[in-house]
Amino acid sequence: MKLEYDLAIIGAGPAGLAAALEAEKNGVENILLLERDKYLGGILPQCIHNGFGLQYFKEELTGPEYAERFIDQLNQDSPNKVDIKTETMVIEMTPNKRIIAINRDDGLLHIQAKAVVLAMGCRERTREAIAIPGNRPAGIFTAGTAQRYINIEGYIPGREVVVLGSGDIGMIMARRMTLEGARVKTVLEIMPFSTGLIRNKVQCLDDFNIPLKFNHTVTRIEGEKRVERVTVAQVDKNLQAIPETEEEISCDTILLSVGLIPENELTREAGIKLDPVTRGPIVNENRETEIEGIFACGNVLHVHDLADFVTEEGEIVGRAVGKYLKRDRKFRHRPIKIVPGDNVAYVVPQHIDFIVPGRKKIKIFMRVKKPAERVRINLLDDKGRVLGSYKKRIVTPGEMVSVYLPEVILDDKIKNITISIKRD
Amino acid sequence: MEQNKIICVSCPIGCRMTIQSKDGKITSVIGNACPKGIKYAEEEFINPLRILPTTVKVIGGELPLVSVKTEKAIPKKLLLEAMAEIAEIEVNAPVKIGQVIKDDLMGTGVSLVATRNVKKVNSNLPIYKILK
Repeated sequence: MKLEYDLAIIGAGPAGLAAALEAEKNGVENILLLERDKYLGGILPQCIHNGFGLQYFKEELTGPEYAERFIDQLNQDSPNKVDIKTETMVIEMTPNKRIIAINRDDGLLHIQAKAVVLAMGCRERTREAIAIPGNRPAGIFTAGTAQRYINIEGYIPGREVVVLGSGDIGMIMARRMTLEGARVKTVLEIMPFSTGLIRNKVQCLDDFNIPLKFNHTVTRIEGEKRVERVTVAQVDKNLQAIPETEEEISCDTILLSVGLIPENELTREAGIKLDPVTRGPIVNENRETEIEGIFACGNVLHVHDLADFVTEEGEIVGRAVGKYLKRDRKFRHRPIKIVPGDNVAYVVPQHIDFIVPGRKKIKIFMRVKKPAERVRINLLDDKGRVLGSYKKRIVTPGEMVSVYLPEVILDDKIKNITISIKRD
Repeated sequence: MEQNKIICVSCPIGCRMTIQSKDGKITSVIGNACPKGIKYAEEEFINPLRILPTTVKVIGGELPLVSVKTEKAIPKKLLLEAMAEIAEIEVNAPVKIGQVIKDDLMGTGVSLVATRNVKKVNSNLPIYKILK
């Protein structure tokens, strides 16, 4: 089957849903939303915990409720403008915006789009990605897989649990499994700080007296058919296990919460350049990749800690697609690069490309490498002169940091703006 | 004189606070960076409350479970007992988001409500058609 659309969106999680709705509000009429799962909402329906929407809706919702708000709008406001295809897998995207997808009803689909939004989200790092020695028994899950079993499919994946990694999903699953009657023995974090939100540490671990051990990791997994025990050890400054500190913990289940990787196979195959740190495409302030008209938002671009920020990014893209299709935009003579400096792991967007009349400021998102208190975030020009400066009480790698770049400092002479975070 | 250590979750700073108390009453809070910390310390010390999100079994639905939550926060100490009570509940499909699944959970006056829709299974159709 051959189809033509003004906009094709790949992925109907919070990013894709927001992009679809906002594109529609900005005059884009002929939109196709492609989703590989049976339902819309991406990962949200399995995130049954509360804590969503505090930023965006100013009220506290669960994941499924947050998703439903957008799905409802899509059903009510745009019965004709957005075509939705679920259980549809995109298998290829070319640089000239041809998409090949498959599903049971249509078979092979050839879609030609004028603009494409990449909203494929991310996936969890697995045991293989961190290479733990030992046997290969059953009982080793990523936290998100366990979450789907428990919350959607109705299975308890185990009874005695060790969680490796203090990412948010790991901590949330430690609570969830405890509530469902499992015993979570410990959560291990190789770094000296939590990689998740402080609220999750308090309400998921402390509330249930689940110990969180920093500077610890699993050095061995043992078990015949099923996991029987793990060996855990403290690590030194170079994250190497200290043999004298090894101890055995009996358990039948290991949950991994060891990081998320943006799912960019389609992006890579289309030849779009990725940022080695975010593992997402390099984008301008419209979240547009190096191929004009191909945009990216949400966790496929960089891993967010709040769905609310994913929605915000989806909306940026929705508006940008509207302008792109109307050719209502003006490029700068040359782009200004935003460069990560001291203690900044990455920045998004990575460059500023457009002159936008009336724009006052541009929000820049970043993640720090190490936690620090009482810091100053400085915006520096090519010669190291301070163009802008913000105070911040605390920064941690677990919480995304944002600053505004005032439009007035964007001078045509500037090639790079470096963002540096140092103690005040 | 008693001492309790708690971490404030009002914002990302996560102040480590020490609460001193006598006969169940707070006498001082140390370590908070702002007034929100005092309020949080008081709530957490006197009667910590939590929203309880979990799932309930669905009969005849396109999915085996529906996600639910307590409409308001309930006392933290009741969470595990509430889970035992919720484990006994079954609900017939279809389930609508916001539908009350159980009134007055454990005498708290708080209802348990569905947080998603679950359609009824029409057994004549293959499952992938129903979910459309």
